[in-house]
Amino acid sequence: MDTYLPDEPTAASLLPLAPAAFHILLAVADQDRHGYAIIQEVAVRTAGEMKLSAGTLYRSIQKLVELDLIEETSERPTPDLDDERRRYYRITAFGREVARAEAERLQALVHLARTCGLAPRTT
Amino acid sequence: MALWRLFLHLLPATLREAHGAEMTAMFRRDLAAVRGPAALAVIAAAVADVLWTAVVAHVEATVLDLRDVWRSARRAPGFAGSVVAVTALGVGAATAAFSLADHVLVRPLPFAAPDALVKLWQDQSSRGYSRMELSPGNFEDWRRQSTSFASMSAYAASSVNAMTPGGPVRLDTAQVSVTLFDTLGVGAALGRTLLAADDAPTATPPVVLSDHLWRSTFAASPDVLGTTLVLSGTAHLVVGVMPAWFEFPTRDVDLWTPLRFVPADLEDRANVYLRVVARLAPGVTIPQARADLNGIAASLARAFPEANDKTGATVVALRDEVTRQARTMLLALVGASTAVLLIACANMASLFLARSVARQRELAVRLAMGARPRRLARQVLTESLALSAIGGAAGAVLAVVAVPVAAALVPTTLPIAEVPHADLRLAGLAALATLATGLGFGLVPAWRIARTASSGDLRHGARVFGTRGTERLRGLFVVSEVATAIVLLVTVGLFLKALWQVQDVDPGFDPEGVVTMRTALPLPKYERVAERTRFYRQVLDEVRHAPGVENAAYTSFLPMVMGGGIWPVLMPGTTVPEDARAASVRFVTPGYFSTMRIPIVRGRDVADTDRQDSQFVAVVSRSFAELYWPGEDPLGRHFSTALQERVVVGVVGDVRVRGLERESEPQVYLPAPQVPDGGLTFYVPRDLVVRVSTAPASIVPLVRAAVMRADSDQPISDVQLMTDVIDRQMASRSTQVSVLGAFAGVALLLALVGIHSLLAYVVAARTPEIGVRMALGATRGQVLALVGRRAATLAGMGALAGLAVAYAASRSVQALLAGISAADLGTYVFAVGAAALITLLGSLLPAWRAMRVDPVAAMRTD
Repeated sequence: MDTYLPDEPTAASLLPLAPAAFHILLAVADQDRHGYAIIQEVAVRTAGEMKLSAGTLYRSIQKLVELDLIEETSERPTPDLDDERRRYYRITAFGREVARAEAERLQALVHLARTCGLAPRTT
Repeated sequence: MALWRLFLHLLPATLREAHGAEMTAMFRRDLAAVRGPAALAVIAAAVADVLWTAVVAHVEATVLDLRDVWRSARRAPGFAGSVVAVTALGVGAATAAFSLADHVLVRPLPFAAPDALVKLWQDQSSRGYSRMELSPGNFEDWRRQSTSFASMSAYAASSVNAMTPGGPVRLDTAQVSVTLFDTLGVGAALGRTLLAADDAPTATPPVVLSDHLWRSTFAASPDVLGTTLVLSGTAHLVVGVMPAWFEFPTRDVDLWTPLRFVPADLEDRANVYLRVVARLAPGVTIPQARADLNGIAASLARAFPEANDKTGATVVALRDEVTRQARTMLLALVGASTAVLLIACANMASLFLARSVARQRELAVRLAMGARPRRLARQVLTESLALSAIGGAAGAVLAVVAVPVAAALVPTTLPIAEVPHADLRLAGLAALATLATGLGFGLVPAWRIARTASSGDLRHGARVFGTRGTERLRGLFVVSEVATAIVLLVTVGLFLKALWQVQDVDPGFDPEGVVTMRTALPLPKYERVAERTRFYRQVLDEVRHAPGVENAAYTSFLPMVMGGGIWPVLMPGTTVPEDARAASVRFVTPGYFSTMRIPIVRGRDVADTDRQDSQFVAVVSRSFAELYWPGEDPLGRHFSTALQERVVVGVVGDVRVRGLERESEPQVYLPAPQVPDGGLTFYVPRDLVVRVSTAPASIVPLVRAAVMRADSDQPISDVQLMTDVIDRQMASRSTQVSVLGAFAGVALLLALVGIHSLLAYVVAARTPEIGVRMALGATRGQVLALVGRRAATLAGMGALAGLAVAYAASRSVQALLAGISAADLGTYVFAVGAAALITLLGSLLPAWRAMRVDPVAAMRTD
């Protein structure tokens, strides 16, 4: 009788990340956040350029959880101020590894653009 | 908000359950932040977001599932292949049969308000004819006196010689009442149909062309309207072209000309040759119309007792002009295909059950690794749906290919397009049936997975499926598969025997080596005997002297090609009942009997010396002599038929004039020169028969040349071998046998798959038990018996059930069996033997595996 064992994904196998997924990883990298906070954080960090819709957000969160890039946390940062229905997410070690790999990939891409004179050099 | 929550159900359950509350809260917050019309924009954006998310999430999940299906299909190709093949066969067979039956039995005719169209016949049931044609006089009286019909039109098929740009050709025509096209409610594709004014004898009668004649002979040129076409010496004016789908009364009709009667036509009430189609007046039913016509027929019987005695009226819906045989055949076909579809479904169910048991361990492992039960259930379901969908699509392709092949079963008596096409709606229906099976038997395991998993048992190695219960259910499927296969085998066996029986019928002549063709002599050119005799003599003299020709002769009609031409026999003082005094009359030239190898039993052949000015003579068949003069010498006896008193000069063997499967009237052969000048023109010999000792094809150009020299305007048509005429008699039977045979073969194959997969499963599931038994000293023979007993029990039960159903099924198609008994023992023995053989074949591999079980390894596995 044959058994089914799904292949464990590696960081490289998940690249490139979808922009929404990368932004969510960045938003939960420094502190645990709930869904609405992630939307706000992303909007602030991109100066309003990226406004995640609720659908896109939660679909991405679900995928990131399934891939073990983020996890739900039971700790509440400020329990007294909190709505108990809210779920908080934090980045996992694997999530950090993947985010780092994506950042490196983007960096390499920018470097390549620079050598071709398509991006400004930073001093 | 309740509406919004309901709306969120479009999302996949996992997403909704995890995040639905937060999405609702977010939506509420966004909504609270705005006032007035801006709220509408918020709602619209939120709705669009949920919709988009739902679509993307479902597509993503399905793609994942399909990837999973592909992966698991590659790991278990036997299972995936079986499901696809089984579905394809079931769907294909059912679609093909349903499409054919729908085409012939269900679909409305392509005419305006077709339900009001009826066919009218004279009913002489007392003489055995419930559907007899009408005489022109009776038709006119029915038409004028009846009140039940909006319109009534007559038609008669005939053929004409036509001079076309490509040379002389023989064309099939229908002479029709000018009202026919209005009765049917069809218009011309080009120009016009016939008008009431066309009834008047004008200088040039009009003609309407069929689409295929217009394309083949007139290059589809619209300029053909207004040109003249010479038909049997008379110029006709081309007034219109019919649409391609219009095929009335038969498929091969080339053109339509007006049917006109001269006063003499209306007087002869015995000359019955008109077929009648009518449109019921609004609100009138068929029984009312029949009562109306029966009243008229009764008064006609009083006025013209000689021709109309005991004559009533038959009214049938045009749609129902399908012979009982064709109907029974199609219903048998539908039955067979339904059986195959059911076997396919049973097999699918069985395969999926086995599959779920086999996957238990895999599912347990995945659950243990944290997979959600709902997700696993969804995967199982996707697999069953995907595989049956692929199978269904393959089945639809199969049906599209198979339907034109099986179209030979469609009777020619219906005015519907010749080649039916596979009906994709029906394919959809059949696919739905298998899909439902796949869904049903995919859903049950999926549901059980979800339930067992939630109780946590599966993680601890508990089995989702009791193997015993599953085994019993699958055993039931195998029993039904064997039973269905037996039913089909018995049916096809009986049909095969019937075909052999018909093949063994002696036609009364030797068809081998006989080439036939038709030279229909046009009138008035060949009205006189002298002209005709000159033509026959020149053609026959030349043909007989051609190399490889043994003999040649002319006859009015070929046997089996033309079954009619029946005349009453008048013989004062005879004791033969009046209804039996009829004979099949043919005029022949000398040498006809030796050419056809019909034995001359007594007396002589017709001779060149039998002429208009000599005594009128007749050669009769043996059954004719035995009917009228039993035990006496028929030579020199007198009787009257075909308008003359004749003396018997010879007796010949009987011929199956009406076909291999029908009783024929006794035959009377008369000398060709004794067809009177200008009379009995229907009987003027036209069919040339040539017996050759060489390749038949080589003789045709020689005959063509001979006819050309005798009359350069004379076309030749209907070139065929007499053996082909015989084969055509059996064509529908051969098709029946091959179609049903194909179904039976498919059923047998499916039953084989069923038996094999069940036993393989049983052996696999019981390997530890078998190991224990062997460790305790069971011999290989005993293990073999274990498997064999199981197979034999199932096959035996299936066979018993199958035989009972088969007997009932065979009795319902008794009419098609050419006298073979529905209880024919040999056929049943054959079917049981075939079932035993597939049981044996299906058990071989599992039995071999069971015998090779290593006790030590087997006990260690679990």
